[in-house]
Amino acid sequence: MAEILHCRNLTKLYNGFPALYNLNMSIPAGKIIGLLGPNGSGKTTLIKLTAGLLTPTAGDLLVDGMRPGIETKRIVSYLPERTYLNDWMNVEQILRYFSDFYPDFDAARAVDMLGRLGVNLKMKLKTMSKGTKEKVQLVLVMSRRAKLYLLDEPIGGVDPAARDFILDTILTNYNPDSTVLISTHLIADVEKVLDEFLFLKNGEIVQYNTVDAVRAEQGKSVDELFREVFKC
Amino acid sequence: MAWEFVGGRPLYLQLAEHIQLDVLSGKYSLGERLPSVRELALIASVNPNTMQRALQTLEEKGLITAQRTTGWFVTESEDTLRSVRADMANAYTADYLAKMRHLGYTEAGVIEVLQRGNRGGQDNGRDTSLQEPDETV
Repeated sequence: MAEILHCRNLTKLYNGFPALYNLNMSIPAGKIIGLLGPNGSGKTTLIKLTAGLLTPTAGDLLVDGMRPGIETKRIVSYLPERTYLNDWMNVEQILRYFSDFYPDFDAARAVDMLGRLGVNLKMKLKTMSKGTKEKVQLVLVMSRRAKLYLLDEPIGGVDPAARDFILDTILTNYNPDSTVLISTHLIADVEKVLDEFLFLKNGEIVQYNTVDAVRAEQGKSVDELFREVFKC
Repeated sequence: MAWEFVGGRPLYLQLAEHIQLDVLSGKYSLGERLPSVRELALIASVNPNTMQRALQTLEEKGLITAQRTTGWFVTESEDTLRSVRADMANAYTADYLAKMRHLGYTEAGVIEVLQRGNRGGQDNGRDTSLQEPDETV
């Protein structure tokens, strides 16, 4: 199967402290993958390296065979943990902004989803609730026809109903050739939409498996497994 | 409405069971076309790959068949439906008997409970109709 993301001895140090250490992995195209681990395990660092916002201290990371750069940014759609959009903009302006930036941005699809959400296009980001803001950003990111979606904590900090909307949005827009990497610690909520999952602990991969293999072989959910592996 | 899942069993098996029940209960009739994999995945709020695997499991049982371009269809065979229904009834019964044995019932005891349960349902029906006129409280 084609791979979309490849890490070879990937290491990232912050002032000498390893955030990721000697990571080796290969992620196939066409899957929804959970990047799971406690706070400080390296999830965001891995996503930022993949998005090209950080550079590795050592080792290699390849997106669709290329080092992160302009070419990979064309095919990677990234939802950061925190907003980077100007909050004085209204939704219409942000849609134009995205259309300008990304040739693969499907504005009509975004407008349709925002309509279902009941978001007024004249509304400024500043005046939205936290949940609505997060939903709007996810809609923007998922409206690109990308090969790899990087979603950093897309469901953190929103209510359960908004979580369902976000997961449904991911499923609706997911196409079988693209890969979605979702970082979260709300495992019970995302488990059913995942194909595979990665456990990160102190910057290292401690497990990489499919959700149904864990359920079939160990008779437990990924959520239960996580609580065991990361027991405090 | 998203479907509910239990922790320790593969999701694809739970999905397959859910759809199987939908077929057996007549939600989808013989020969009827099922919604697409994508639609089903959205209905259940699961990954399309998992839903695909669930449908393949049902295909192996012969309950549904794939038509190359048009999607998944419920079998047209009454016999298949009957045998899948019988399998499921047997599984439910085995589960029930195991629980009753755990409670300390013998087979004869179980049969008695079942007969009483049946009559109990009818009795209750009569009781409420009789009580209705008397209800003053």
